[in-house]
Amino acid sequence: MSEINRRRLLAGAAASTAFGALPTWQARAQAQNTIRIGVLNDQSGLYRDVNGPGSVACVRQAIADSGVTQRGINVEVLVGDHQNRPDVGSNIARQWMDRDGVDVILDVPTSSVALAINTVVRERNKIFLNSSAATSDLTGAQCSPNTIHWTYDTYMLAKSTGGAMVRAGGDTWFFLTADYAFGHALERDTSNFVRAAGGRVLGAVRTPFPGTDFSGFLVQAQASRAKVVGLANAGGDTINSIKQAAEFGLTRRGVKLAALLMFISDVHSLGLETAQGLVCTETFYWDLNDRTRAFTQRVLPNMPNQLRPGMGQAGCYSAIVHYLKAVADMGAQQAKASGVETVNRMKAMPTDDDAMGQGSIRPDGRRIQPSYLFEVKTPRESRGPWDYYKLLQTTPAEEAFRPMSEGGCSLVRS
Amino acid sequence: MDEIFGIPAPLLFGQLLLGLINGAFYALLSLGLAVIFGMLNVINFTHGAQFMLGAFVAWAMLNFLGLGYWWALLLAPIVVGLFGVLLERTMISQLYKLDHLYGLLLTFGVGLIVEGLVRNEFGSSGLPYRIPTELTGAWDLGFMFMPVYRGWVVIVALVACIATWLVIEKTKIGSYLRAATENPALVQAFGINVPRMMTLTYGAGVALAAFAGVLAAPIYSVNPQMGSNLIIIVFAVVVIGGMGSILGSVVTGFGLGIIEGLTKVFYPEASATVIFVVMAIVLLLRPAGLFGRA
Repeated sequence: MSEINRRRLLAGAAASTAFGALPTWQARAQAQNTIRIGVLNDQSGLYRDVNGPGSVACVRQAIADSGVTQRGINVEVLVGDHQNRPDVGSNIARQWMDRDGVDVILDVPTSSVALAINTVVRERNKIFLNSSAATSDLTGAQCSPNTIHWTYDTYMLAKSTGGAMVRAGGDTWFFLTADYAFGHALERDTSNFVRAAGGRVLGAVRTPFPGTDFSGFLVQAQASRAKVVGLANAGGDTINSIKQAAEFGLTRRGVKLAALLMFISDVHSLGLETAQGLVCTETFYWDLNDRTRAFTQRVLPNMPNQLRPGMGQAGCYSAIVHYLKAVADMGAQQAKASGVETVNRMKAMPTDDDAMGQGSIRPDGRRIQPSYLFEVKTPRESRGPWDYYKLLQTTPAEEAFRPMSEGGCSLVRS
Repeated sequence: MDEIFGIPAPLLFGQLLLGLINGAFYALLSLGLAVIFGMLNVINFTHGAQFMLGAFVAWAMLNFLGLGYWWALLLAPIVVGLFGVLLERTMISQLYKLDHLYGLLLTFGVGLIVEGLVRNEFGSSGLPYRIPTELTGAWDLGFMFMPVYRGWVVIVALVACIATWLVIEKTKIGSYLRAATENPALVQAFGINVPRMMTLTYGAGVALAAFAGVLAAPIYSVNPQMGSNLIIIVFAVVVIGGMGSILGSVVTGFGLGIIEGLTKVFYPEASATVIFVVMAIVLLLRPAGLFGRA
C-alpha cells in the first residue's frame, strides 16, 4: 500500500510541476469534490435498447439539470458493459470501486447480475441505485442498506398486469419463463396473484436465456389450453415470443398474451400491427404528461438511434437527480464517505423530477410511485411516431408495490 | 389421448416438426460453413454476421427501395455474397499459407466489427419484417397449428441443400473444386484459375448464409445479435457432422434440430446445451465427426 501511495504522490508531484497549475493539495481537494457514477448495463446485447447508451444519455441529462456543477461539485460518468453475466458485472464493479473511486453504481439490468452487484457494493459501503433489474428480492430477502431499487419490480408488474388479466377473465395461465433469477421471480410473483384471484397455473416452461426460437415452447403453452400465456421474459426474448405467438396463431385462437415486462422500445421493434392490444405495466411513458414530454424533448437529441426513453432509462435520470440533491445537501465529501448515510439521506427526502414525478423511498430501499397499466394502440389509433400507449389504469404508489411487511427485508424489522 | 414416454403424442409430433424446421436453418448455415472450410480451409466465423446481414439487407430493400420479400430472397444473397468476395480478395486470401487459427481470428474479428456497426446504426431491439402475404396463414394438422411460412422454410432449405450437394458432387465445376482442394498446384497447371475459384466459393458460402438470413427475417426478430445466437450451435453442427463434409452438415443440421426439439419437451432447461453434449460424445467416439474422414 505504502508503495502505491508513494508512487501516486510522486506522480502527483511530477504532474503538478510539469503543468505548474495544480498544487497537490488543490488536486486532492478537487478529487474529494468529484462524484463518480458508474453506469453498468448491457451495452451490446439483447437489453441494450431498454437501458444501454440511452441510460447514459439520461444520466448526463440529470447531471446537467441538477445544476451541481455550478455549486463546485464535479461529476464524472463511467460506462461499463456487463454482457448480462454476473461474473463480468462483479469484476467491473470491483475495479470501479477499488481502483477508480466510483461512488455509485447505477442501472444494472439482468437480475442475476444485480443481485451479485448488490453484495459487492454493500461490502464496500458504496451506493447501488438499481433502475433496470426486476427481481423483487432486491428489497426483500436480499435487501441492503446501500441499495435503492428505483423503477419497477416483479411484484409490481405481476400485480398490475397479472391482476388486470385475471379480472378480464384470464383465469388459467401457462408461463414462458426466462431461465434465470429474473424470470423465476416474475413467474413466482405473478403465480401468487393469479392464485389469490382464484385463477389456476396450468404449467410453466423454463426457456434458455437468451433464446431465439420460442415456437416449441409456444406449442406446449397452446397444448395446455390455458387462456393466458404469461411471458416472464424481457427484451429480445419478449419480442421473439410475441412475434412467434402471432405466427403460430395463438392470439387468433383467443389465447391472451401477458407481456409481464415490456418496454416501449420492444413495441417499436414489433410494430403496432403485431403488438396492438397487448397490455403492459410501466412507471414512465414519454407522452404521459407535460413534465414527461418536457424531459423527453431535452434528452431526445442524445438518445441513440432516436429511441424514445423507456422506464429503465427514465429511472436512471430520476435516481441521479435525487442522488445529486442529497449530495448537494450533505456536501460531496460527506456524501462520498459513507454509502449507508447517503442512502439514508436519500430515503429521508421525497423524490420529485420531470421523468418519474413524485415518489418516496421506503426503509427497505424500495422507491414507490404510481404504476400505469397501458394498452398498445392499434395502427389506426396511433396519431404519430411513438404514439403507442393508451392509459388503462393507474395504481397509487402505496398499493402498487409489495407491502414492506411481506418482503422479509431485515432492515424493516430492525 | 395416446402418450409416448408420458408425453401426449400430439405434443411430441409438434416438437418433431418444429425441430425439423429449426434443423433447416442449422443445415443451411452449416452447409455454407462446410463448403467454405472444405474448399478454402478457412473456419469462417463471420458466418453469423453474414446471416444477420442477409436479414438486414432484406429489411433495407423493403424500406428504402420498396423491394419485397421475393426480390430480397434473390438479391440479398448476391449483395452479401459480393461483400464476401471483397473480404476474401482483400483479407482472407492473404492467410491461406498460414495456420487455420489466423483465418479464424480474422473472420471472428470482422464478424464482431460488422455486428457492432449494425448495432450502432439500428440498436439491439430489432426491426419489424412481415411474412409475405402469399405465405401467411396456417394449416391445422390436428396435432398442431402449422404456419405456412415454416413449411416453406423447410422445403426451400431442402432444395438449397440438395442443389449445393449436386453442384459439388455431380458437375464439372464441382469436380474442379474438389480437385483443387486435394492438389491446387496440379489443378492450376491444367489452366484452371484456382484463386478465382476460391473467391467464388467463399462468395457462394456467404450467399448461402445471407439466404438463410432472409428466410429467418419474418420469423425471428431482425436484430444485430441474431447471428451470434445461432452461430455457436451451427459450429457444433459442423463439428459433429465432420468438418468440411457437405452431406454431414446437412444430415446433422436436421438431426440436431430434432434432438433439440425433443429436449424442449422432456427437459426444456437443457435445450440450449443438448447439442454440445452430443458434440462432446461424438468427439470422444469419432474425433473426425460422424461423416468426416480422419
